[in-house]
Amino acid sequence: MIEVNNVSKYFGNTRVLNNIKTSFEKGKVNLVIGRSGSGKTVLMKCLVGLLTPDEGNVLYDGRDFYDISDDEKKSIRTEMGMVFQGAALFDSMNIQENVMFPLNILKDMSKGEKLDRVNFCLERVDLINSNKLFPAELSGGMKKRAAIARAIACNPQYLFCDEPNSGLDPKTAMLIDELIVEITHDFGITTVVNTHDLNSVITIGEKIAFIYKGDLAWCGSKEEVLSTDNVLLNDFIYAQPLTQKIRHI
Amino acid sequence: MLIRVLEIVGEYFIFLGKVFRKPEKWKIFFKKLIFEMDAMGVGSLLIVSIISITLGSVITIQTALQIESSWVPAWTVGFTVRTSVVMELCPTIISLLLVGNLGSRITSEIGSMRVTEQIDALEVMGINPASFLVLPKIIASIIVNPLLIIFSIFFALFGGYLTVLLTNVVTMFDFIDGITSFFRMYDIYYALTKTTVFAFVMSSVCSFYGYRIEGGALELGKANTQGIVVASFVLLILNLVITQIML
Repeated sequence: MIEVNNVSKYFGNTRVLNNIKTSFEKGKVNLVIGRSGSGKTVLMKCLVGLLTPDEGNVLYDGRDFYDISDDEKKSIRTEMGMVFQGAALFDSMNIQENVMFPLNILKDMSKGEKLDRVNFCLERVDLINSNKLFPAELSGGMKKRAAIARAIACNPQYLFCDEPNSGLDPKTAMLIDELIVEITHDFGITTVVNTHDLNSVITIGEKIAFIYKGDLAWCGSKEEVLSTDNVLLNDFIYAQPLTQKIRHI
Repeated sequence: MLIRVLEIVGEYFIFLGKVFRKPEKWKIFFKKLIFEMDAMGVGSLLIVSIISITLGSVITIQTALQIESSWVPAWTVGFTVRTSVVMELCPTIISLLLVGNLGSRITSEIGSMRVTEQIDALEVMGINPASFLVLPKIIASIIVNPLLIIFSIFFALFGGYLTVLLTNVVTMFDFIDGITSFFRMYDIYYALTKTTVFAFVMSSVCSFYGYRIEGGALELGKANTQGIVVASFVLLILNLVITQIML
């Protein structure tokens, strides 16, 4: 479980996150939703330590990420996996090497054990036959799946996905969503997904936090999200003509 | 302006503090070191040899034309060419060339990793990206650049030899006599000391400019130019300081 306690973040005089207090539950897909520029990515970067919050703290199963030694922080980081918006695969390595990379650096395993683990992860994301391809040779969806395989290679306790289905066609986006749900439930990990994809919101969001201009404006589940009377959330959910029509039906 | 410069200098030393940490795994570090040495050394050998040969040829012709006097012994041409090549031309000019060649490669590589979030990915994995990416490059350049300069000196003298052979601006005997006269090993120490310091400046400054990029492709181009300009400027200042100290 990840607890976010009164996290605020400023860039100069601009407050990007304002006193965010929420929690992300273990074994569930926790969504952070909001418009572009609302502060979702900044919040995720504060969670994983790429940015340091100006106020507040983040607890990983009770361990305060910003009040521990560097070694303890490193130990928590080895329990994290992250899927970046652009996949962030290493260009100079093929897919197999990309997935094996965290194992090479962080784990003391034999070559055979590492290869078994890599094959397991690639099979999980259905990329076992593309293991020798380089990132430049992959489609957007394949890159995201490869990034998921790399993120789960070290058996993470916490999985972070920053807009995992942005730039993908609806079918591939759904496949990525299903994969994230399966991985979360199968391995019992705490998953946090940043998205503004409505399909993800209503299909995979077991716990949803809605951020509006840096404030936590609403919290609930996918069942509650369509029937809420929160004006800001409704403006976001029913912004498109298609969703407006569905609402009237 | 001065405060901004001091801030950047401070950031540079903080960056160096992150770079000089124990590698995560020595085996991977040495693998990366060998890769970098190969890429830097073998990749630069052709351009270094071409420029050194032409440099040696030109300096031989110019020196021979300047010293056309019966008062000056003929071996002076070879002596002057050797001294210029060993003490200044190869260590400084070739190091400046390497800043443009290897330095821009380093800035582009690290900068594009920053822009595409690959450095963030390393950080989230619990790996120190500065040390993992930059330390092998700095060590490789400190090993490879002096070797390249030794090759460069050899090729420059060979260029002079070819020029004498083809144009006969001085006799071959006088040229060889000049090259081998009054040789001081200290000149080589001086050249290699300069080169080692220049290699450190080139690799660390260019890595720093790549590492601190915020933004996209436009910033990458800017950082590349800034890295080369700053590294070349620092290199020239240090050239003056080391010369003053060692000679």
